[in-house]
Amino acid sequence: MEFRQGIGVSPGIAIAEAFILDYEDVRITPFRQDEGPEACHREVERFERGLEAAVGEMQAISERIQEEVGDAVSSMFTGFSAILLDKKLKDDIVQKIRDNRFTAEYAVSRAFRKVKNMFRAKDNEFFASRLRDIGDIENRLLRHLVGEHGAGLKHLSSPVVLIAKDLSPSQTATLPRDKIVGFATDAGGRTSHTAILAKSLGIPAVVGLKAITSDVSGGDLVILDGSKGRVIVAPDATTQRDYRARRQRQIEFARGLDSLRDVPAETLDGHLIRLQANIEYPHEIPAALEKGAQGIGLYRTEFLYGPDQPNPTEEDHFEAYSSAITELAGRPLVIRTLDLGADKFLPEKARHEANPFLGSRSIRYCFERIDLFKAQLRAIYRASALGPVSIMLPMISALSELKKARSVIQDVVEELQRGNVRIDADIDIGCMIEVPSAAIAADILARETKFFSIGTNDLVQYTLAVDRTNERVAHLYQPAHPAVFRLIWQAVAAAHRERIGVSLCGELAGEVMYVIPLIGLGCSELSMSSSQIPTVKKVIRSITMRDAKRIVERIFKLSDARETESFLRERVRQIEPELL
Amino acid sequence: MSEVTKTVVLGNKYGLHVRPATMLAQAAARFQSELSISKDGVEVDGKSVLEMISLGAECGSELIIRAEGDDAAEAVASLEELVKSRFHEEE
Repeated sequence: MEFRQGIGVSPGIAIAEAFILDYEDVRITPFRQDEGPEACHREVERFERGLEAAVGEMQAISERIQEEVGDAVSSMFTGFSAILLDKKLKDDIVQKIRDNRFTAEYAVSRAFRKVKNMFRAKDNEFFASRLRDIGDIENRLLRHLVGEHGAGLKHLSSPVVLIAKDLSPSQTATLPRDKIVGFATDAGGRTSHTAILAKSLGIPAVVGLKAITSDVSGGDLVILDGSKGRVIVAPDATTQRDYRARRQRQIEFARGLDSLRDVPAETLDGHLIRLQANIEYPHEIPAALEKGAQGIGLYRTEFLYGPDQPNPTEEDHFEAYSSAITELAGRPLVIRTLDLGADKFLPEKARHEANPFLGSRSIRYCFERIDLFKAQLRAIYRASALGPVSIMLPMISALSELKKARSVIQDVVEELQRGNVRIDADIDIGCMIEVPSAAIAADILARETKFFSIGTNDLVQYTLAVDRTNERVAHLYQPAHPAVFRLIWQAVAAAHRERIGVSLCGELAGEVMYVIPLIGLGCSELSMSSSQIPTVKKVIRSITMRDAKRIVERIFKLSDARETESFLRERVRQIEPELL
Repeated sequence: MSEVTKTVVLGNKYGLHVRPATMLAQAAARFQSELSISKDGVEVDGKSVLEMISLGAECGSELIIRAEGDDAAEAVASLEELVKSRFHEEE
């Protein structure tokens, strides 16, 4: 039994076999079905045949390379086959098959893991680069063992915890989601794609585990605790029992939350809060509605772009928006215009920017590429004839940007009208408050827009000058920092003075601890990962607006983020400890 | 049956990486004797590439070659020769 600590990004407990994605779809079954000496003998023979094939392959590669490039490189592959033929390693594998009813592939995976751990323990560069080679050798051997008959990721028949270095949007798009009960990755932070995806699917996830892909062998039983950010490899019986019981309690609590689906998000003294969902793809909408979302408060349209589709056309945009509108059947849809750049995909060769988060991203990039911007806007307006939509402009830092965007929008509207295209020319245009300058000068922006949506992920990062994916400074990323609360308060107050709508669509909206102060500050709409909606609703239905306002007053007297956090956590604990 | 040991200094540029370890293991496999290589008190099987690499021996490391068996003397001489030839590496 081994414990690994990472960053919990999606709560809940998963208990299942590990499936390691980097094995290129090789699924490892740990134990043989048959017992007895004959089955054991067959398994050893299967291993020996696989080994022979892998060595043959290495030698063939070595010969081919020798012809093409010469000795220096080809001897590397000779070395690889020497490692495969290493007597110690081979004995170890055979021993594992004999003693433990392991399948050949599981024994290989376990034996190689031991080697990799030995190398890793050396902690120097020489071994670090050999590690990759060892991994490559292992993969080749595994492929020969599991071959075409292996159950690949696409043919999963039982639930697995998916383990990968990192998950790219294109990878996650093809995952068999119904078979994956947990995610664990080496890389990533709280705002990584894996985190957002896992949250929206309601699947427990732990990221930032550094070396989980080599700490776990495919087929190992793992417990993943997304709330505590912990992964337990090969848990003992007591631990398994303990976690199964905890999972059961969580499932029961979640069932209780499900019963809230059709009741309003209303405080005890009758104040209604609108709860909406954040999505990346229209196909997430049914699940969001199932969780009780009253609409989509943030549609991240930049996910139309990706390595598989670097240049979506106006028709691609239109198709996505019209399918979203159809799914929503009259509920509102807030489309955020392209937020490309910085940590997100760019539809062109990477341009070098010394500081991409302060560079040409988001609305600034749209102004550089008016063609892309206009294609998207045309699609939005064409879709506006089909149902309620509004436009949300990201990364606005000054009134001039807001005005410039509106003039581009005006051009698009006029072009469409000249072409007699049916549109709703009066849809609401709002702006995001995610740059400190926008929050500080919110009174100016409020006069020129229909609604604000406060994006806390960027607002916190820019206000505190902290990149939370950088582990050296991640501890400084404090949403409860007094400066952040003051900025949110300023933006909300400016919106109220001008009588425009104000919602909050950052991750903060879905964090139980912050729900009370956010509604106390006057946010009447919260948009979040749909999986968070029932919990947030539970919190709202457990307090009065009067109390929420008192809590805000109290927070404004606190001078430190830690103090505020523990104060808020205590308030939530009083409502229901399971919420934390 | 005899036991022979010999201390050598690793002189090739990149140390005991995959290729030299493979050469040592291949040479060792030709002898009946049990062969081991040790560095800083850590002794590993001279017929196992993986174990030899795991020594992390760099250029300038002192290695002790030890053989036990009927052909121990020849085995040690053969491995010593390989180390001294710097595994025919080009500089």
